[in-house]
Amino acid sequence: MTTETTKETPEAAAVPPSGAAPAKKVPQGHRRLLTRRDRLTLGLMAGLPTILHIALVWVTALASIALAFTTWDGIGFDSIQWVGLQNFKELFEQNPQFWPAVQHNVIWFVVLIVIPTPLGLFLAVQLDKNIRFSRVYQTAFFLPVVMSMAVIGFVWQLIYNPDTGLINSIIGANEPGKYIDWIGDPDLNLWAILVAASWRHAGYMMILYLAGLKGVDPSLREASALDGASEWQTFKNVIFPTLRPTNTVVLVVTIIEALRAFDLVFVFNKGAEGTELLSILVTNNIIGESSRIGYGSAIAVVLLLISLVVIIPYLVATFRKERRA
Amino acid sequence: MQHFTPSGLSLPSPSRRTLLRGIGGAAVLGAGVPLLSACGGSGTASDPKTVTLGSKASDPVPKKAFADIYAAYKKKSGITVDVNTKDSNTFQEQINSYLQGTPDDVFTWFAGYRMQFFAAKGLATPIDDVWKTIGGNFPEAMHKLSKGEDGKYYFVPLYTYPWAIFYRKSVFKEKGYEVPTKWDDFVALCKQMKKDGLVPIAFGDKDAWPALGTFDQINFRQNGYDFHVELMAGKASWTDAKVRKAFDTWAEILPYHQEGAVGRTWQDAAQTLAAKKAGMYLLGTFVAQQFTNKADLDDLDFFAFPEIDPAYGQDTVEAPTDGFMMSKSPKNKAEAVKLLQYLGTSDAEGIYLKSDPSVVHASTKADTSSYTPLQKKAYDMIAGAKSLTQFMDRDSRPDFTSTVMQPALQKFIRDPKGVDSLLASIERQKKTIFASG
Repeated sequence: MTTETTKETPEAAAVPPSGAAPAKKVPQGHRRLLTRRDRLTLGLMAGLPTILHIALVWVTALASIALAFTTWDGIGFDSIQWVGLQNFKELFEQNPQFWPAVQHNVIWFVVLIVIPTPLGLFLAVQLDKNIRFSRVYQTAFFLPVVMSMAVIGFVWQLIYNPDTGLINSIIGANEPGKYIDWIGDPDLNLWAILVAASWRHAGYMMILYLAGLKGVDPSLREASALDGASEWQTFKNVIFPTLRPTNTVVLVVTIIEALRAFDLVFVFNKGAEGTELLSILVTNNIIGESSRIGYGSAIAVVLLLISLVVIIPYLVATFRKERRA
Repeated sequence: MQHFTPSGLSLPSPSRRTLLRGIGGAAVLGAGVPLLSACGGSGTASDPKTVTLGSKASDPVPKKAFADIYAAYKKKSGITVDVNTKDSNTFQEQINSYLQGTPDDVFTWFAGYRMQFFAAKGLATPIDDVWKTIGGNFPEAMHKLSKGEDGKYYFVPLYTYPWAIFYRKSVFKEKGYEVPTKWDDFVALCKQMKKDGLVPIAFGDKDAWPALGTFDQINFRQNGYDFHVELMAGKASWTDAKVRKAFDTWAEILPYHQEGAVGRTWQDAAQTLAAKKAGMYLLGTFVAQQFTNKADLDDLDFFAFPEIDPAYGQDTVEAPTDGFMMSKSPKNKAEAVKLLQYLGTSDAEGIYLKSDPSVVHASTKADTSSYTPLQKKAYDMIAGAKSLTQFMDRDSRPDFTSTVMQPALQKFIRDPKGVDSLLASIERQKKTIFASG
């Protein structure tokens, strides 16, 4: 919103001179167009968000990059000590949770792209046909998206609880010998959580695709119907290609979801073995009574670098497209 | 996304300037961590009739019990205790920035390394003058627990509770089990219980800390209090043969633990004991909170963790102790001292215990006549101990226990065979953590 404010205001202020009327009333010319008050307002509207942005985004980001090369327990600034690359060395070589965490973030992304995204597209296509009770289905699938991730975590724990949970109670897997530990077993727990994450993500994707589908020109469908295309052919050759912008949004949203995955896992089992995530490692090291802020920052920097690897190509592609347009 | 509200334009200029100054200040502070300190501390100006107190007692039972103490104190002295209660997890997570910001005069905290850490950082005031008056109320072990590394007192204990092995009297009676005091008897009992179709030892480590307690018990029984303290302080090595032996001992009884521990909370594990599906459960006395049925609660009993090495017997008891500390520069120091002197009396403790009977007095002068049999036993166990430990995450650096030990022990529970590489990894990580700050 802030960037939009700064972009919009000069244009809004520049509208009057194009009309004929103000020219008469303000004979001094363009210089006096903005009164002191206007300039102050503009300055504040552009300045405040800029300062806030710099202070809360840039300064903190740069500070955590700087802190990644230090050790600091968070008590007093004089206890900050430079240690160079020590934190990263320790992270890459000694932390038994680091590489699993990187791997799990990647798995998170792949699973979200492969399972709930096509499912969301499928649901959107079905709902777009204006079938009966379409609103009801739409609400049902979208409901998980409205819920907070923490709540979803609690709900799914009731299902996965190995002793009293729904699944184990139904299939009788809560007895010794046949025991299935959905939450504790590192071979299972990540997938169990991903089911919950996909359950929510599918609804999210459905809404995005539904919006995209509503924007498809109906005449395209008519044209393909007149050409005698089957439903699948229409979708494959006509509708899906027009969803290209939506697909880009979906990809970006999914990457963001995979990198910021945190709340669900934190509620589920606090990132115990099998479900480690980078965001959880950052939190575990930074928040607490005697924190390792330097070390936690180093993990955050790794997360930032991974994000940049993903975001930079996207931005480059977007800007290139804009320049061409 | 576009909400152009006019309200932003009509801000009066002074507030705009202060806002800007505030933002500039925040920018200078950088990391954003100190910003949190704004959450702590009550803004009340120094009032000679008021002492401020930061409390982590946010659960209803302890909250009321504490409030009763402060009310009694006001009646007695005319001094108001202005309590600033925060959610206990939040309080613990923010303690760092809270103590650096504008903390309350007195705050609730834990004994042991966690107290010593903040004392050593200069974030607490030594209270030797308080201990001159209250010293006689406490046994020697509590004196030791309340001192910082510099030998000064920093802590006033209020209550404590032991860790032990809990069981149902009726189950033991029905099956003819006997309370084991020696390791071999304990293992034999586990075997027998398994044969009888019981889960010998209930276990839930989803929150990752209960396993720390099991390790503590085995380690100080096997290697003694002194080695345990050295290990917790980062001095002894985790690759020491003694540690390996402790893990081997643990591995011996691991098959008798409840399956799937990493996915189960301690509350759920306690329910298996309550339901008589499990025979024993190693936990703190707070396990009694899960016995909501009066008859079940009366049936609950416990025994000390069995002896492993006769050289150490059962002389060490794990007894986490909670109490109070004074912040680094209290606004009303004179009254804060008096309040702490009161909190160190058996009267204050008695008021607390009336509302929260799951714990016992830290003081030996306390009236124990209203104790339940369980409390009496807990009290005797602590009073008879040669040494008290606090619990791994209170006896060692919390950053080490939470980021290294908790995941490591969860891994061990699942895969006890990989212990050698696990211990080597713990030792490597320990070195870097203890080397910093």
